[in-house]
Amino acid sequence: MRITRFAAAFAAAGVVLTGCSSEAGNQAEQAASAAPSVATGAEFAAGTTMAELSEAGTIRVGTKFDQPGFGLLNPQGVPEGFDASVAAIIASKLGIEASGIEWVETVSANRESAITEDRVDMVIATYTINDKRKQLIDFAGPYYVAGQDIMVAKGNPLAITGPDALAGKNVCSVEGSTPAENIRTKYPEAQLTLFDVYSKCADALTNGQVDAVTTDNVILTGLVAGNPDGFELVGEPFTEEPYGIGITKGDDEFRDFINDTLEESFEDGSWAAAWDATAGAISGTEAPEPPTVDRY
Amino acid sequence: MQFFTDNFPLLRDAFLTTLGLSLLAGLLALVLGTVLAAMRVSPIPPLRGLATFYVETFRNTPLTVVFFFIVFGLPQIDFVVSFFVGAVLSVGLYTAAFVAEALRSGINSVGPGQAEAARAIGLTFGQSLREVVLPQAFRTVVPPLGNVWIAMVKNTSIAAGFATTELAATLPRLANANAGDILLILLAVVVGYMLITVPSAYGIHRIERRVAILR
Repeated sequence: MRITRFAAAFAAAGVVLTGCSSEAGNQAEQAASAAPSVATGAEFAAGTTMAELSEAGTIRVGTKFDQPGFGLLNPQGVPEGFDASVAAIIASKLGIEASGIEWVETVSANRESAITEDRVDMVIATYTINDKRKQLIDFAGPYYVAGQDIMVAKGNPLAITGPDALAGKNVCSVEGSTPAENIRTKYPEAQLTLFDVYSKCADALTNGQVDAVTTDNVILTGLVAGNPDGFELVGEPFTEEPYGIGITKGDDEFRDFINDTLEESFEDGSWAAAWDATAGAISGTEAPEPPTVDRY
Repeated sequence: MQFFTDNFPLLRDAFLTTLGLSLLAGLLALVLGTVLAAMRVSPIPPLRGLATFYVETFRNTPLTVVFFFIVFGLPQIDFVVSFFVGAVLSVGLYTAAFVAEALRSGINSVGPGQAEAARAIGLTFGQSLREVVLPQAFRTVVPPLGNVWIAMVKNTSIAAGFATTELAATLPRLANANAGDILLILLAVVVGYMLITVPSAYGIHRIERRVAILR
């Protein structure tokens, strides 16, 4: 009797757990169909990073492992999402198979050091291009321009229409993130509540402990998609967050190569296809206009 | 040096938050832990049962889970507290279980003859506990209570993940804004904790020597 009751409790817990993970599973299936074709016989000038990588047949890519739509680990332990797909496009131009990509987890706080300490060859991890980071590394791209937006409870009970309406309101973000820094410096009248991950912000919003959640729109659309009856987006993004690809400072040949590859993918449709299979599939949005590559 | 002068206000506020959180949670844990220890040795079975249940529940639950319960669980039944109060409650309620166990070991170390003699001269259970047993018990548990305190100061870092900007919470913020100064950031945070724990350890040692009894 006692054993059956325990078994029933475990089964119930199991149902809850699988319920949570099914969304990620769906993404995984969709992403698997979007593998780019590998370039054969790619030739690069001797001594360049491209030649080294192409010869080795392997490339180390730093990405996030917990960002739905951009880089989320699937049950097989491979990250999937828009960042991962862009990495695969670049790798394929180097003549490297998808299986030749060595994924390294980079979180927001260790992306620069992963590059400067040569633990990765490039970082594609919802990585906003800014001048402070350019002092340590170089950026190719951008390959996508996100913008900071605001998420509120369904129906917008406090009538928050934009960042100026956040004054005196309790707004949630993640400690150490660019959006949190934006609110702190440009809208100091808003009260910031800072967690370590965005899922806790969503919980706090559900409980009414905070009035709004703010970060890049692509992250928020993922949260809204997870709970369309509880949350909604306010509207127009109020910043520009160009996502770039971080590489070793001074490696201009590699940077030009990545920029060329990105522009090619903008034109031949592989960039849009990658969007539709990953971030677009979650948020239900069409691929936007490709950004202009910034060859600084 | 530039890094420290730029970020001094943030580090100072975070340090004061950690200190305040530690002191409030420590006070809560000491008071509640003493009550729990008294309950566990009381002659009334329901009190003993209740205290045992409390201690086993909190001692065997990870602190992060306690935080989740208080910060995100209780609001579901309309019990909403500020995030800082939630952190004080989480750390304090959790640590109380360890204080209670340390005190109980101290109470058990007081010879049964002491309690029997106290009862024989007509003191009630409460009186014999307050006047005879606990004063001796506290003396023997100064070192273990010191351990619990130092562990608790470091446990307050869990609050970083639950919207309290204490020392550990400054790590990701500073690291993301100053990628070149990671070692300095770590140093600043570690020094912040040691400013609390090292004087504590010294103070505990002093108290220990002062109240030591020769047996």
